[in-house]
Amino acid sequence: MRDLIWLIPLFPLAGFLVNGLVYLIGACPPRRDLLHDPHGDQPAAESAKDRGHPHAHMHAETHPKFQKLHSLVGVGSVALSVLFAFGAIFDIGLSKLAAGASDIVTLYRWIPLGVNESIGQVPGKAAEWFVDAAFRLDSLSALMIAFVTFVGFLIHVYSIGYMGHDLGYGRYFAYLNLFMFSMLVLVLASNFLLMFVGWEGVGLCSYLLIGYDYHKKFAADAGKKAFVVNRIGDFGFILGIFGVFALFGTLDFGKVFSAAAANPSAYVPYLTLVCLCLFVGACGKSAQFPLHVWLPDAMAGPTPVSALIHAATMVTAGVYMVARCNVLFRLAPDAMLVVAVIGGFTALFSATIGLAQNDIKKVLAYSTVSQLGYMFLACGVGAFVAGMFHVTTHAFFKACLFLGSGSVIHALAGEQDLRKMGGLSFKIRTTYATFLIATFAIAGAPLLAGFFSKDAILAAVFESHFAQAPWLGKTLWAAALFTAGLTAFYMFRLVSLTFWGPFRGTVEQEAEIHESPRTMTVPLIILAFLSIVGGYVGVPIVRGGDKIGEFLSPILLPLAGQHVAHAHAEVATELLLMAISVAAATLGFLLAFFWYARVNGKVPARIAMAVPGIYRAVANKYYVDELYEAVFVEGLAKEGGRALWDVDARFVDLIPNGAAAVTRGLSWIASAFDQYVVDGLVNGLANTLQAGFQLFRRAQTGRVQNYALVMGAGLFCVVMAYLLFR
Amino acid sequence: MTITLNHYLIVSFLLFSIGLLGVLVRRNFLTVLMSVELMMNAVNLNLIAFSRRLSDLTGQVFSVFVITIAAGEAAIGLALTISLFRQRKTLNIEEADTMRG
Repeated sequence: MRDLIWLIPLFPLAGFLVNGLVYLIGACPPRRDLLHDPHGDQPAAESAKDRGHPHAHMHAETHPKFQKLHSLVGVGSVALSVLFAFGAIFDIGLSKLAAGASDIVTLYRWIPLGVNESIGQVPGKAAEWFVDAAFRLDSLSALMIAFVTFVGFLIHVYSIGYMGHDLGYGRYFAYLNLFMFSMLVLVLASNFLLMFVGWEGVGLCSYLLIGYDYHKKFAADAGKKAFVVNRIGDFGFILGIFGVFALFGTLDFGKVFSAAAANPSAYVPYLTLVCLCLFVGACGKSAQFPLHVWLPDAMAGPTPVSALIHAATMVTAGVYMVARCNVLFRLAPDAMLVVAVIGGFTALFSATIGLAQNDIKKVLAYSTVSQLGYMFLACGVGAFVAGMFHVTTHAFFKACLFLGSGSVIHALAGEQDLRKMGGLSFKIRTTYATFLIATFAIAGAPLLAGFFSKDAILAAVFESHFAQAPWLGKTLWAAALFTAGLTAFYMFRLVSLTFWGPFRGTVEQEAEIHESPRTMTVPLIILAFLSIVGGYVGVPIVRGGDKIGEFLSPILLPLAGQHVAHAHAEVATELLLMAISVAAATLGFLLAFFWYARVNGKVPARIAMAVPGIYRAVANKYYVDELYEAVFVEGLAKEGGRALWDVDARFVDLIPNGAAAVTRGLSWIASAFDQYVVDGLVNGLANTLQAGFQLFRRAQTGRVQNYALVMGAGLFCVVMAYLLFR
Repeated sequence: MTITLNHYLIVSFLLFSIGLLGVLVRRNFLTVLMSVELMMNAVNLNLIAFSRRLSDLTGQVFSVFVITIAAGEAAIGLALTISLFRQRKTLNIEEADTMRG
């Protein structure tokens, strides 16, 4: 089983091929009269109502008879991945993985680069350069594939119900399977380059799935935006990969990290730059400030996609990569500082935006950005295990929240505006119950999953110490604590507006409200259950309770020359920190409850009236999109283009124009020389001769008698001369 | 009065001069030809006169040659006359100045 880990990503790839081919071959021919969609540009809320109804605009449609096949292949391939993933993990054994066992399966030599003599002389660098197509199963990737395949499987099942009426069904499952393949390649890759393949693959699938309704302009634009912003991050990532290759001569994780850990001083001067490049990549993929702008727009995709890709799995790839490279990051304290500050700032920044959003999915999107900021904050203070722990628990409760919101949207036939919801708690009970559990989990209610992981992060941040800025640790802790309170506030605002109070939609909508089918509710229940129990793998204080810490300990290779400082807080401190964070969460909860559930939004409205400037800034996401529009689109692209055009016209064109002028001048001179000197010589000679011989010309009268006269006269003269001078 | 060599020479000179004048000043091509004949006959007369005076027959033989050649010259000259007239519809030699420079 453990030798078959390469099959884990391969099943979804096969599923992608089957689904895609069947869809392409079996799709109904396009309906000519509906090919051109006159209403492509609709606002998000309205067009989402179309979901569940036949998409008349689709260019090709899934044939009904293939729908069962698509479901079976799409879900079945992922189910096989789940089986093989867990099979491989248990085949190696959890305890052995925790002891540092890893399983590397090399498929083939992917890129042989030959022997490099000059590099081979440097100790610690490989003499032969190559990149293998190899998969690596160790404790970190085991944790990742476990929840990626399992949450992915649940969301595939959910999609059967949610996308059931969609005519692009086959396409949807093909993309979703391709995403699973790419994500598993990313997670299981044994070297940076194969990881990059998966990294790009998930970016592509994210683009395809955000723009799934490609005939709607806002969805196509959102997909493009995600792709472009990710490209900026990917550029940083690949620069980082170049840096790693230049430093170590190999891209294999095991070799790079053991070389760095064994001989840190050889690499430290360069690692800050390399780590910052890698972190730029992580920022793009995990939507950290200032590259966070694509994630909220990514909500244009179908809701299960938002759950799978833009909440639970793909966006955690950045955190996973940073955790994977923890050896490099720990050797670069300045890079760690940047990671922590960016993470902490993003957490607070996007949590405040989440306060004032009215789209149910947008609130969850900003919550995701905020929680990802938490994870990076954890990595930045060196608590990689806590970061990965939060990745895992977040996958459970955020997937549950997104799927729950999908269920709400489904029940309201596409309504996403919180202001038109309310009072749904008794109408869709299962959704309500699971959503509430997940909300408590994300808010950090005691003994639920989010409580343990968030507490682990807060404790680590509190204990952190930055040599560069001693005050920074406590500042970040305060920001994180405030964010925890904000998280509780906006999540309960969301619950209040959605499920409590009176219904604010139309009467027809109210009559239509119905609970989702079982394919959708069962995944919700399972995810809610995991949101409750998921945290018990990392119980603090209790001896042996921190199982995830032990499990992931092998990835934290000890660095030579640095003593391992397990700065575990005192039990009393830890308890106090817990109490403070719970208090912050409770405060947020109570405020939300009283302001939105009881007084029905009057207090927040008064606050918004009191400070209109701040409210507008928050509601408009601090104008980051507008800033980018002004600086990059209007400024850099348009004005810059104009400036470049000017430069081109004024300076660059001088070269060809100047060359043309010089050529013209030269040819004018040449022509003048030809005309006046050469021709002048020839004509002048001719003219001179002509003028010179004009006189002699007269003699040639053409009259014979003249000639004879001259002859006679001549003869006479000669004879006379003879006679006279004899 | 005895006719001496000098008389012959004077007649010959006059004939030659008249012929030469005719060649130089007349415009009719036919007249020019006739003047050329006159000049040749003046030469013949001169040749015969000296042949008689010197008792040498070579001069007379020469004059017979000249007469023969004059016949050929007359033939060619008349042919040219006809040819010229056909081309120019005139025998005025001042018109035939194609070779003027």
